[in-house]
Amino acid sequence: MTPTVFSPTGIRFENIDKRYGGLYALRRVSLEISAGECVVFAGRNGSGKTTLLRIAACLVRPSSGRVSFLDSGKERDGTLPRAGFVAHATMVYDELTAEENLLLFARLQGIAEPAARAEALLREVGLLERRSSLVRTFSRGMRQRVAIARALLNQPAVVLLDEPTTGLDPQGAHWFAETLRHLRDSGRTIVMSLHGESEVSTLATRAIQLDAGAVVADTRTGANFRSVLAFANA
Amino acid sequence: MALLSNTTVLLGKELRTEFRSRELLTTTTVFVLIVMVLFSFSFDPTSEESRRFGAGLLWLAFLFAASLMLQSCFLREQTSDTLSALRLSVSDPFAIFLAKLAANTLFLLLTELLLLPVFAVMYNVAVLPALHWLVLVFFLGSLGVSIAGTALSAISAQARMRELLLPLLLLPLLTPILVASTEVTAALFDRSPYVQWKGVGFLAVFDLAFLTILWLLGEYLVEE
Repeated sequence: MTPTVFSPTGIRFENIDKRYGGLYALRRVSLEISAGECVVFAGRNGSGKTTLLRIAACLVRPSSGRVSFLDSGKERDGTLPRAGFVAHATMVYDELTAEENLLLFARLQGIAEPAARAEALLREVGLLERRSSLVRTFSRGMRQRVAIARALLNQPAVVLLDEPTTGLDPQGAHWFAETLRHLRDSGRTIVMSLHGESEVSTLATRAIQLDAGAVVADTRTGANFRSVLAFANA
Repeated sequence: MALLSNTTVLLGKELRTEFRSRELLTTTTVFVLIVMVLFSFSFDPTSEESRRFGAGLLWLAFLFAASLMLQSCFLREQTSDTLSALRLSVSDPFAIFLAKLAANTLFLLLTELLLLPVFAVMYNVAVLPALHWLVLVFFLGSLGVSIAGTALSAISAQARMRELLLPLLLLPLLTPILVASTEVTAALFDRSPYVQWKGVGFLAVFDLAFLTILWLLGEYLVEE
């Protein structure tokens, strides 16, 4: 992983509610994620993991409550600085090549020397030889690699991952776990939801279980920690 | 500056994907052509009737084609959730709208200019004497259609009956554009073509007003 200078950033959720019509996706969620933590959200389908991640990415506005970001010890509202987000969907264009996708998002984010950055990331995700192929010709796992490369373009201080190993084969999942390990060891904040993976979850320093939109367990060590992680891997 | 730069990058993406697939341009052009042929079979108009009614017919065909074209404008961004990626990347969400409406205007204008000679031949209407004014009216009309249509496309893309919703919202909203564009175009199809400045002014004001509304509300339209 390319070394970089970034500002350690934490996330604070205060009494977050998210309603879709009369349905509560999140209820009174209050959490503080410190800079450099590697947090796993576990929970059944519909427990609110994705919604919480999308709120953290500032893609969804909470119905009530407040999200703030702790950037170098200073609290600030609004847009999360330098977040990398990998979602269920790949968030890349099928009609563009892998390289064109990365160049597009690099230019939008104002990254210096976008071509060099795109090339470095394509090399890291093992797609340099397929750089000129349209994404629509890729397998699900290859698309996910492009998605991960896109998320890491701006060398984010916070990485938000919603079931990131979807579609990756065992080798891909191993590569991704190693990538995440580098990110975690470099002090980045990682927040992810997992479903059915084990290698990636071993990187977690904290496990949070959600049920029906509420936090039911928040643990860092001990048997409870392992049981929440086991839930994520179920 | 960032707005301009983001808009340019996104416009490049819109053009690249369209010229690679040619989905919108092909379907829209064929659609307008079919409508023109069907109208000519139905009415078999004389040259005088064509001058009187041709402008309305032409703009109705353009509006239907636009509703077809604009349908996929934001729907395409939902397939792989690329809209979220764009929102995370741009500094001002208005850039997303600006790029899309610029691309839509360009595609619509291109379709109109491609089909104008066909219309002129089929309906026996002289378009050359006022061609430069026609281009101006087509531009202002297409810009208005694209601004309103792009905004409504963003709204309808998140709705349940999205395929039906866009034309239902778009066509009534564009009635003022249809009326103004038709009147100005009809005046340009006249035996002695003249520019109806009132209509041109109305189109310019409509475009400006809707662009301002889009600038103010655009951020909320792309929110989940």
